[in-house]
Amino acid sequence: MSVSKLGKFAVVGLSAAWLAGCSTTATENDSAAMSEENGQAQAGSSDSTYAAGEGGSLNSVIVDDGAEGAAAAQMDQNSLDGVATVFYFDFDKSIVRPEAREALAKHAQYLIDNPDARIVLEGHADERGTREYNMALGERRAKAIMRYLTIQGVAASQIETVSFGEEVPVAFGHDSSSWQLNRRVEVRYE
Amino acid sequence: MKKHIFLAFVMACLTFSMSARAQLVIEITSGADQLLPIAVVPFGYSGAEPLPEDVAGIVQSDLLRSGVFETIPRENMLSLPSSSQNVSYRDWRLLKADYVLVGSVTDNNNGTFRVSFELLNVLTQTRVGKREALDVRPSNFRDAAHYISDKVYQQLTGIRGAFSTRILYVTAEGDKGAPTYKLQVADADGYRPRVVVSSKEPILSPSWSSDGKKIAYVMFRNRRPSIFIQELATGKQERLTQFEGLNGAPAWSPDGKKLALVLSKDNNPEIYTLDIATRKLERMTNHYNIDTEPTWEPDGKGIIFTSDRGGSPQIYRVDVNSKNVERITFEGELNTRARLTPDGRYLVTVQKNNGDYHVALQDMNTGRVEILSQTYLDESPTIAPNGSMVMYATSERGKGILAVVSVDGLVKYKLPSADGDVREPAWSPYFN
Repeated sequence: MSVSKLGKFAVVGLSAAWLAGCSTTATENDSAAMSEENGQAQAGSSDSTYAAGEGGSLNSVIVDDGAEGAAAAQMDQNSLDGVATVFYFDFDKSIVRPEAREALAKHAQYLIDNPDARIVLEGHADERGTREYNMALGERRAKAIMRYLTIQGVAASQIETVSFGEEVPVAFGHDSSSWQLNRRVEVRYE
Repeated sequence: MKKHIFLAFVMACLTFSMSARAQLVIEITSGADQLLPIAVVPFGYSGAEPLPEDVAGIVQSDLLRSGVFETIPRENMLSLPSSSQNVSYRDWRLLKADYVLVGSVTDNNNGTFRVSFELLNVLTQTRVGKREALDVRPSNFRDAAHYISDKVYQQLTGIRGAFSTRILYVTAEGDKGAPTYKLQVADADGYRPRVVVSSKEPILSPSWSSDGKKIAYVMFRNRRPSIFIQELATGKQERLTQFEGLNGAPAWSPDGKKLALVLSKDNNPEIYTLDIATRKLERMTNHYNIDTEPTWEPDGKGIIFTSDRGGSPQIYRVDVNSKNVERITFEGELNTRARLTPDGRYLVTVQKNNGDYHVALQDMNTGRVEILSQTYLDESPTIAPNGSMVMYATSERGKGILAVVSVDGLVKYKLPSADGDVREPAWSPYFN
């Protein structure tokens, strides 16, 4: 963690009214002070952790406003203008649909022509079913697209797969049309 | 008897600087048939300053929510004794109360208050257990109340109370397209929520260590998932895994030394165990289909998980030593995300039937399966440490909420939240 990062953490003390004091419950202890390790563990994150003491105490907050990962350098992707980057799947399925083939072939050709290009295939599921199972399902879909691309000759080293499961929907209804839009793999050039 | 009691807790949370945060509100939608009538008398208090919490009111709500008790409304009470000395048992026989809880709060004039209580049997006119007293700071009246509820519950049912436990859950607030995800911890009744982690990227799968001091969860950073562990008391956070692919479903082993988790670094989702101290990974499953959602058996000898190796997802068990795998669920179109009761007797799963996802309970001895929940898109069941209640996430009017059902299916209540989606509940173990 760089020293400059440290400056981005603001450690704020909160009300001491949260301190524990119930004398009969053994678990309650006065909450420990926030240490710098919290900040170190946080390096480069967009999230914030808070201490929530066992005795109902909340004594410190780390606010980390450092943003990780600057936007990936934009490369010349003119040859991909107008080519679909989102591919849809049937319920509980990870089969690449025939209508996806033309666009995927263009991505494949681009990746073959530009061996330094890298893509992330981000797989998603609809809200039905359990969250971790949907994480696996989203990955299976991303892998299905990956397999399609590697069969076309793209090097596997150019492709990374990530699953978001049902966590990042693009349609917010609770009906079949929203679910269809959410069962998808998005191609993201890094 | 069907109940529809809306418990609007009007609590002056003046001492809580964070009280502006939305709290979960309990709504009991149905109750059990055989309820034990108990009167929880408002605790005596003669101090000048108003108390920050109504201790007896919190105890009454706890007992009501357990589904074991029927509480006598305050407005019906004929007398308001604060100790066994001034109890007129006749008053309580008239109200058909089998038990009376009386107590008092006195100012110790040193920043603490003494909360005393006695549980009385109306039929025998004797005290149940001892008279007890707790010295608490004003910020701990709720802890004192839950302690008293635990005592009453244990005395009258023989089962340890779980009112002093907590829940973890995830909320997604704000713009649906770019929400803020917050991992929060609250009392088991939804009160005193506190944010543990907040992020613009998804957080899921919170899990408690067996001593209740640490948590593990999955959080995305830079659009990739990692497993984190965090100490609750200090907030100290550690990123445990960031392999390529899935880093999911952490589950703490009963001895607290390992996490079971899901990684797809070897191409497809497999269950591993990770020794937290040595960082040694051990692969538990080896199958080209999905293996995920691990949870430990209480003795740590086996890991229960979800796999679609048989076609549809079902629950399996892998022996931690031999790595032998056996199938556990056979009913329903699919079963996922299993959890075992602390005694290992019952398995709860999310079961799909005719397109609906509900919480199912399977008796591990007889194999008998019952559907516990009738709400919509039910998921993420988690069991109270005394094995009495199952909390789960469901959807109501397009919004994620938490709901609770007793293991016998008779008591149900919802914990709707004022704003945002609530999901992924995880019930804590006992803290002592």
